[in-house]
Amino acid sequence: MANEIAQAIAAGILGGGIYALMAAGLTLIFGVLDIINVAQGILVVLGAYLSYVLSVHLHIDLLVGLLITVPAMFVIGVAIYWLFIRPLRGAERTSMTLLACFAVALIIEGVLYREFGSNYVSLTAWYTTSSVHIFGFYLPDIYLIGFGLAVLAITALYLILYRTTFGRAVRATMQNQTAARLIGIDVNRVSAVTFGIGTAVTAIGGMVYGAISGGFTPNSGYDLISRLLAIVILAGMGSIGGALVAAVFMTTAEALVDIWQPEWSVAVFYLAMVIILTVRPAGLFGRRAARAQ
Amino acid sequence: MTRPTVIRAAGAGVLVLAAALFPLVFTNPTVTNFGVVTLIFVVVTSAWNIFSGYSGYLSLGHAVFYGTGAYFLVVAAKDWNLSGATIFWLVPLAGLAAAVIAVPVGLVALRVRRHTFVVITIAFFFIAQLSASNLSVTGGSSGLLVPVPNWAPATYNNPFYYLALIIAVATVALSWQVRRSRFGLQLRAIRDDEDRAAGLGVRAMPVKLTALVLSAFITGMAGALWVYFIGEAFPQFVFDPLFDLAVVLMAFFGGLGTLAGPVLGALILEPAQLWLNLQQSNGYESEILFGALFLVVILFLPRGVLPTAAEYARAWNAWWLRRKSGSPRVVAEADSAGTSVRGSVS
Amino acid sequence: MTATLRAEGVTKSFGGVQALAGCSLTVPAGSISGLIGPNGSGKTTLFNVMTGYERIDSGQVYLGDRQITGAPPHRVFALGVGRTFQLTRIFPRLTVLENMLVPAQHGRSARQHREHAMELLAFTGIAGHAGALAGTLSYGQRKLLELAYVLVADPAVVLLDEPAGGVNPSLIHHIADRIRELNKAGRTFLIVEHNMEFVMGLCHQLTVLDSGAVVASGPPETVRSDPRVLDAYLGTGTDGDD
Repeated sequence: MANEIAQAIAAGILGGGIYALMAAGLTLIFGVLDIINVAQGILVVLGAYLSYVLSVHLHIDLLVGLLITVPAMFVIGVAIYWLFIRPLRGAERTSMTLLACFAVALIIEGVLYREFGSNYVSLTAWYTTSSVHIFGFYLPDIYLIGFGLAVLAITALYLILYRTTFGRAVRATMQNQTAARLIGIDVNRVSAVTFGIGTAVTAIGGMVYGAISGGFTPNSGYDLISRLLAIVILAGMGSIGGALVAAVFMTTAEALVDIWQPEWSVAVFYLAMVIILTVRPAGLFGRRAARAQ
Repeated sequence: MTRPTVIRAAGAGVLVLAAALFPLVFTNPTVTNFGVVTLIFVVVTSAWNIFSGYSGYLSLGHAVFYGTGAYFLVVAAKDWNLSGATIFWLVPLAGLAAAVIAVPVGLVALRVRRHTFVVITIAFFFIAQLSASNLSVTGGSSGLLVPVPNWAPATYNNPFYYLALIIAVATVALSWQVRRSRFGLQLRAIRDDEDRAAGLGVRAMPVKLTALVLSAFITGMAGALWVYFIGEAFPQFVFDPLFDLAVVLMAFFGGLGTLAGPVLGALILEPAQLWLNLQQSNGYESEILFGALFLVVILFLPRGVLPTAAEYARAWNAWWLRRKSGSPRVVAEADSAGTSVRGSVS
Repeated sequence: MTATLRAEGVTKSFGGVQALAGCSLTVPAGSISGLIGPNGSGKTTLFNVMTGYERIDSGQVYLGDRQITGAPPHRVFALGVGRTFQLTRIFPRLTVLENMLVPAQHGRSARQHREHAMELLAFTGIAGHAGALAGTLSYGQRKLLELAYVLVADPAVVLLDEPAGGVNPSLIHHIADRIRELNKAGRTFLIVEHNMEFVMGLCHQLTVLDSGAVVASGPPETVRSDPRVLDAYLGTGTDGDD
């Protein structure tokens, strides 16, 4: 039993890393653009399918394939922002952008269905089926790889945000868009690139998810986005660090519950979310006012 | 009553009459089937609008209420051993069940900012879907079957049709009444500037919660009616994200926050969707089209077809008046005080 | 119908910025009092704290004998204190008349409510626009609408935040006349303004704020020649909002 629990905790933390990465992308987009990208789930699936195509049809290794999928998803993200989000203005902007993201998600899902049908596929490579034997339990290699990738990506994000001029511009825009404009920051460009970065991480998330999940279809986007949303709400919108903590916490809790009640394990996400909402509507780390707008 | 109101009332009357005669003229069961589903969408879209359109809080989780009503009816019908037309009596009870669920949902969800609210409704939707898939009372993921009445196939749809029509008319009437009332005024003030409204004495939470409960009640009834019509309840169909989005699209298309907008949106888009489904057997085509249509509406017709058309009509009217009277500028205003019944533009 | 509004030792900080430092001010019942000071001196913050839109750090606020410190906006409103905002806050998608009907009213039937609203609209001069959507009003008209709907609930004390800001001269006179009329009928006013002419001609007494503290207070002529006031305006001259 202790073994199982330890294994669950380890798997939870490692798995949490990749969810943390995807949630960070979501939070970044929210912080800078003030929109909730509900397409994040299906974009992860899209990333997974891209990796799938590269791996199965072009025989490119999954990790190597990331060199292609990450920039590709970045471009897709920028395109989505530029075409469908940037033109939206007016008082209802926040709701409209959310619905626009939903619409984009639907289109992507439909296209994926058309290209790939509804059969379960998964990503495989020589390292997706092996595992290391540590402390008496097995840790699938892919979990370690995924965690490693997540750490790398989050570190890269951190470096970009805090060590580059662009990152400074992003943080300024997050704090006050008007002020940022006044000091010469091209908010549109910053927004576009941020959205692109937020979606580029889904390429990584997609590859890992595709290998871990044991099978995905276009429909998997819903499960993903529901978890990501729960994480972000628990953490409090706008806090990247909070999203990381919340992600790891939730996946670990789920892994633990999974030992006893597999069907309800994802309910952990929702339960935590609801509890936090009743006690502290701003979320654990939320900086925004909890007042209803 | 002023002339525009009389015209509108007359128009509505004609529409209702036409709807009432519809199944008698078009007796083909496929056609009346369309009619039932369309009317159900009219009900749900108007109900959704009563809450989301007037308050500005977009709910993407109304399927929770729809599903609650649906499952309530199925489970109650089984447990109380009902069949045939008596099951229709469960419909208002199902609505009540949904209304009850709306209270805790609202108390949790309505305390946050507007776009967090939308996200929370999405999360609640998934909670509901998860619960339905796993609880034995709802039959888990294999769902439940409804005791289907054995009425003649030729006129099978008709009782459902007329019940849906009655509920639709009642819903629109309720929407109209809400709009004219002080309660509706408070809701719309909350939509425009919640803090300011609160500062002026509007109790935001009770007002929003009441609107949600009303909306949930009607939506629950629609869900119950629909599940009885279809004959089965599966979590994936009862809690279908596309359903929620379809309702939102219809309301936006027709004009969010207006009286006739949701009705028109449903009347135009739902038959179109049903017809498309007949043409294509692939689910994904309609999904892509649906998403694309949504984007078009959001990007180019953000206020919906009806208000945009009304604006064009008003601008044209003003231009025509200007030409007629030869004066440089005539500002075409709405009627003077006393007629806040004007429903067209919110 | 009228009451004294008093703030005592009000302190408020936003993070590291101290907006109000031990600010005390008395608005005698039935007077028109002015609150002036350079940009960033804390005038609007004081309004916000007194009417419950911002939480007070320390100090008290009294309406007559009753303490209203920390009371939420709707409570302050219910007790008879109305306020307007610097950037007009009206309900753009409601008609002008509907805007007037939003504030809660007690003791009036719906029809009386409506008649009273129309009277106030006529009083401020925008009755002709009663059926128009408030979002279509010009800036000056919005200011008049704000004035009108603040009065709907018969507040004893009215706080006006820059009622003459950005408004053309003839309209300013109109607004000043209206305020005088309402004051003669017994209402107390506290007005924040930058327009000196408006304030000097209208107010019975002035309070000058600088960097969150009261620098001078008294009748307009006295305040106008007080060296501390001149220093506050010409001396540090900070930028930024209240």
